Amino acid sequence: MSAPAWRTDGASRGGSGPIVAARNLVKHFPVRSSGLLRRQRGVVHAVCDVSFDLADGETLGLVGESGCGKSTLARLVLNLIEATSGQVCYDGTDLTTLSSKQMRGLRRDLQIVFQDPYASLDPRMPVNEIIAEPLRIHGRFDAAGRTQVRDLLRTVGLEPEHGNRFPHEFSGGQRQRIGVARALALRPKVLVLDEPVSALDVSIQAGVLNLLDELQSELGLAYLFVSHDLSVVRHIADRIAVMYLGRIVETGPADALFDGPAHPYTQALISAIPLPDPRRQRVRERITVVGDVPSPADPPSGCRFRTRCPTFAAVLGEAERRRCVDEVPELVDRGQGHPVACHYAEPKSLI
Amino acid sequence: MTGNSPASEVVLEVADLTVGFPSDDGLVQAVRGVSYGVRRGEVLGIVGESGAGKSVTSLAVMGLLPRSAQVSGSVRFRGRQLLGAADAELNTVRGRNISMIFQDPMTSLNPVYSIGFQVAEAIRAHHSVSKAAARNRAAELLELVHIPNPRQRLDSYPHELSGGMRQRVVIAIAMANDPDVIIADEPTTALDVTVQAQIMESLQTAQQQTGAAMVLITHDLGVIAGQADRVLVMYAGKLVEVGTAEDVFYTPRMPYTVGLLGSVPQLDRPGTRLISIPGAPPSVLHLPAGCPFAPRCPLVVARCTEKEPVLEPTTGPEHLAACHRSAALVGAAPGDVFDASASAVVESGRDA
Repeated sequence: MSAPAWRTDGASRGGSGPIVAARNLVKHFPVRSSGLLRRQRGVVHAVCDVSFDLADGETLGLVGESGCGKSTLARLVLNLIEATSGQVCYDGTDLTTLSSKQMRGLRRDLQIVFQDPYASLDPRMPVNEIIAEPLRIHGRFDAAGRTQVRDLLRTVGLEPEHGNRFPHEFSGGQRQRIGVARALALRPKVLVLDEPVSALDVSIQAGVLNLLDELQSELGLAYLFVSHDLSVVRHIADRIAVMYLGRIVETGPADALFDGPAHPYTQALISAIPLPDPRRQRVRERITVVGDVPSPADPPSGCRFRTRCPTFAAVLGEAERRRCVDEVPELVDRGQGHPVACHYAEPKSLI
Repeated sequence: MTGNSPASEVVLEVADLTVGFPSDDGLVQAVRGVSYGVRRGEVLGIVGESGAGKSVTSLAVMGLLPRSAQVSGSVRFRGRQLLGAADAELNTVRGRNISMIFQDPMTSLNPVYSIGFQVAEAIRAHHSVSKAAARNRAAELLELVHIPNPRQRLDSYPHELSGGMRQRVVIAIAMANDPDVIIADEPTTALDVTVQAQIMESLQTAQQQTGAAMVLITHDLGVIAGQADRVLVMYAGKLVEVGTAEDVFYTPRMPYTVGLLGSVPQLDRPGTRLISIPGAPPSVLHLPAGCPFAPRCPLVVARCTEKEPVLEPTTGPEHLAACHRSAALVGAAPGDVFDASASAVVESGRDA
């Protein structure tokens, strides 16, 4: 995948180059035997040849089902796990070549909010300390530190007076706000949000999403928003990348992707999301896929989606199918207005 | 609401069901006076956030609550009182006439038995048929819920199947004895969206094949919109709104329902600001006096904190809402109800 057409897409938004650029990222996890020698028996292809750009102040939504590699990709971007190959450039610096000491300084700019607010906060630390910890680690907790922590609590919509409480005294939504405050403490430029609202009830989820929206417009943060929930991503993201079995299958501006999804997988995902509107939900066209996601340890040849693809199963002829089996579809614009990794991409209107 | 329809039509009738769990800090009032009826072939959706008492209600119907639970009210299946019935009697109904599908297919199957055995076991528990006949029926059931190669699959163990497949097996078990009522408690929550769509299809098949009534419990308003004929909205252990899907989705008459509908990001309406209901659900340990939603409600007036509202007819005799202010919601959009007054609520909360 050399020079994909959409590379310029992110750059054109902010007027400057992308703040984070991932190029041909690959992550393979070894599968080892359970014996004494723990011989390698295979590899899990978690992320395969993924490239994307994230512009300043922009939200890139990364969606896919469980096991598609979206969380692995999020961690690769932060250099929390080592990439098998490929590069992640932050502001022109290739993170994959940095030592952990060099990386530490850059961590200020790149922060993460995890999915489970019950597991990501130390239960033995009061909230003030949780939020101050990144400041202390980076030697930035000075005389004004306490005020800074209070301001952060206020920024995320919590009472500064509650800073002496412990995480268990807060509800899920409030804990997630604490997680956001901690991530914001070092004034990062990029925030990786790994399923930040998946563990929350809808009414609480809405509050956190609104908060993220406000923070972005105030602080000019760039978000990499990882989620399995297309409606949440649709709500918050400027651009969206859809992942399936370690590859991006379709990417583009949120509106374009939802108005005319061209990859059969994106179409299936969109049509599988129930609309909270009885009349429309009952008359919608459904594109259903069969079966489950294949094992990433042994992904199908050619197009990875072909084993579940409704187009492959019902529409294509023998010769056309051969192409899906033999040839990996490139992520390029085939006349749909945005890049799609499908040989027979065809936009459909589903909403 | 269902009292005036012919008794034969209503298969399951729950009246004034109350469930409390004694704890060191006092009685946890998980369910407070819930009444509903399900007619044959109907899908009744129960929606609410975690802790609203949705699951406890259905566990009480099935008689699956721990002994410590204090249950009162009545649960009638075709006129037969189930609440307080002996286990031996309940066992003739559970799995035979009323079956239940739980949220997590990973834990609702027994890991040490093959799935063929588990489906056949459900059949043989209520019918005296030979093992071979039960096995044949099990294969048919697996085919009905779209499990590929059902005959070969009979000998698989749960760990060999994916989450979606396991949930199908659970559905097959639930429909094994042609039940009259299927209670599905968050059947798709643990699954991916594409698999979720497949499972909802299997559930529909199960319901149509057996002609059963279905009680569908979920927090997902989209699932409710697509499936349910009638909807119950629960909040803090009580029903706060009851009506047809159209009533509840298009003309909600309880501010909580309005907020809930406005808080869901919608695919077809991007860019609209989401409603975030201020505050959090009350602790069911120490419920405030009056309406349990009052502390979070933008339309709150003095009466709301004094007297708990009861379910009353609103747009029609079948559309009920428990709210003193439901008249104020006529023609109001979620954004009007919540956003304009959101800050005012915070202020008044601080004064109190």
